[in-house]
Amino acid sequence: MAAKRTSHMTRNLIIAVLPLLAALICLGIGRYSLDVRETVKILFSGLTGYEPDPTGYTVIFNVRLPRILLAILVGAGLSCAGAAFQGLFSNPLATPDTLGVASGASFGAVLGLLMHGNLIMVQILALIFGVLSCIITYSISRRNEKSSIVMIVLAGMVISAVFEALVSLMKYVADPEEELPTITYWLMGSMSRSTYNNLIMGAPFIIAGILLIFALRWRLNIMSLNEDEASSLGMNIQIMRLIFIAASSMITASCVSMCGQVGWVGLLIPHIARMIGGNNNRSVIPMSIGLGAFFMIIMDTFARAATAAEIPISILTAIVGAPVFIILLRKTGGAWS
Amino acid sequence: MIFRVENGCFGYKEKQILKKISFTVGNGEVLSVLGSNGVGKTTLLKCMMGLLKWNSGHSYVDDQEISQMKHKDFWQKIAYVPQAKGAAFGYSALDMVTLGRSAHLGTFAQPGKEDRKAAEEAMEEIGITYLRDKLCTEMSGGELQMVLIARALTISPSMLVLDEPESNLDFKNQLIILETIQKLSRNRGISAIVNTHYPEHALKISDKALLLNQDGTNVFGNADAVINVENMRHSFSVQVHINQFSVDGRDYRSVVPLHLV
Repeated sequence: MAAKRTSHMTRNLIIAVLPLLAALICLGIGRYSLDVRETVKILFSGLTGYEPDPTGYTVIFNVRLPRILLAILVGAGLSCAGAAFQGLFSNPLATPDTLGVASGASFGAVLGLLMHGNLIMVQILALIFGVLSCIITYSISRRNEKSSIVMIVLAGMVISAVFEALVSLMKYVADPEEELPTITYWLMGSMSRSTYNNLIMGAPFIIAGILLIFALRWRLNIMSLNEDEASSLGMNIQIMRLIFIAASSMITASCVSMCGQVGWVGLLIPHIARMIGGNNNRSVIPMSIGLGAFFMIIMDTFARAATAAEIPISILTAIVGAPVFIILLRKTGGAWS
Repeated sequence: MIFRVENGCFGYKEKQILKKISFTVGNGEVLSVLGSNGVGKTTLLKCMMGLLKWNSGHSYVDDQEISQMKHKDFWQKIAYVPQAKGAAFGYSALDMVTLGRSAHLGTFAQPGKEDRKAAEEAMEEIGITYLRDKLCTEMSGGELQMVLIARALTISPSMLVLDEPESNLDFKNQLIILETIQKLSRNRGISAIVNTHYPEHALKISDKALLLNQDGTNVFGNADAVINVENMRHSFSVQVHINQFSVDGRDYRSVVPLHLV
């Protein structure tokens, strides 16, 4: 028992430290490359009085740091939201776009791009339409003051389809010389637009959502039981479900608004977390947050530094994610079941 | 605790399912609910616990109408053991049993050492400590049913509500479940309402019985009185023979179905 607990603690410690370590190393990777020691010196130059090379300072603080922070937020957020949706719908294959949130948010963002709005505008529109699609989905699914999981999922599919069609429509009417490439590229996802201003807009939603889900992680186990069972364990499931949906939608919409659609993370990471630490959401949630952040830092560093041109991140997450997922599936036979 | 239902009626738009159900279950008493398939046994359980709303009529816990009670207070007194069906996620038995502590914990609280201890004790009480780390998705029906009963016990309830706990189980496991219910009622004064398909089981463990008939009527009373040849024929359309015998000084009764009527 004692040995088991210690090994659990070591494991948790590793997962907590992993993203930080990856962040430090990846801050130094790129065309202007720095070793870890130099990176640390520059990072803490404000405190220690160390005077770094100005180029290095600019690269770290103005270019790479906001980008890595965004990667951390998006990775942690989407993984956490994915795990929450999977628990909520007792469906291991549910993803952050189940409720049509991602499609709704994409539509909002594309609308913003088409109106030549600035990034703030794009973000606000994405957020509005993301939350809107979630509200529509939820209200369609409500009958007799109750909403069953099946109804929610079906309504989500319909709303997703509608917003995807609307996005296609926008692409169709967009100017093929200028707007269309921007929209297409944006939809494939990229962290390159990250600035501190953008971060300030989106980060609070993501952080609030993560904290909420983290605080309620044990309750998520109960939500994954059937409705009457969950009720009989003394939970107000309608309210609890609404809280989880709101938190996860907020996260998803903010992520989409800041970096486009990044697929796979919300599915891949929670499953890896389950395979490592079992199905109890008390461990799945924190582990998803840590692993998600780590995964996204690595992916984004690849996206910006592997080739001279930037590779869209959703292409990378799919190409890397799918095989890893298949290997894990074959090896463990799906440890969640 | 005394649990009482008065004139409970329930039905969907066109079809009336439950008509004028009234019964009382006293401290430590066991009530069996009998009736043929589809007559509304599970619906009755859900209605009396407020998971479905009575169209008319009320349920009371110690003379307090249950909709007047706080959600959490009610579910600290009454523990529901649903039919064991596979779960989507494979929680370990210990994790699953610990979930029973939910009604005793604050919304943002995580279960602590005491809750874990309560879970371990509940598992020990019904003899399933060996299942501790087994995943719920890898258990047999009987094992999962026992885990769900243990989960109900961690609530420290005054009454258990069990929905066909012994269906789909083999001889031995049926006996284990029935004896567990009996033991809990005798030793700890935990009353129970049990849905069952077996009149024999009802006779074995229950003080009272509620028989739901297909024509919408029902019979409530002492188990010995309710479960007789006449009532069985009326409710199930089956001619039975109730056989009484004793082995080693203990009385047993078996209910043998003879033929359809």
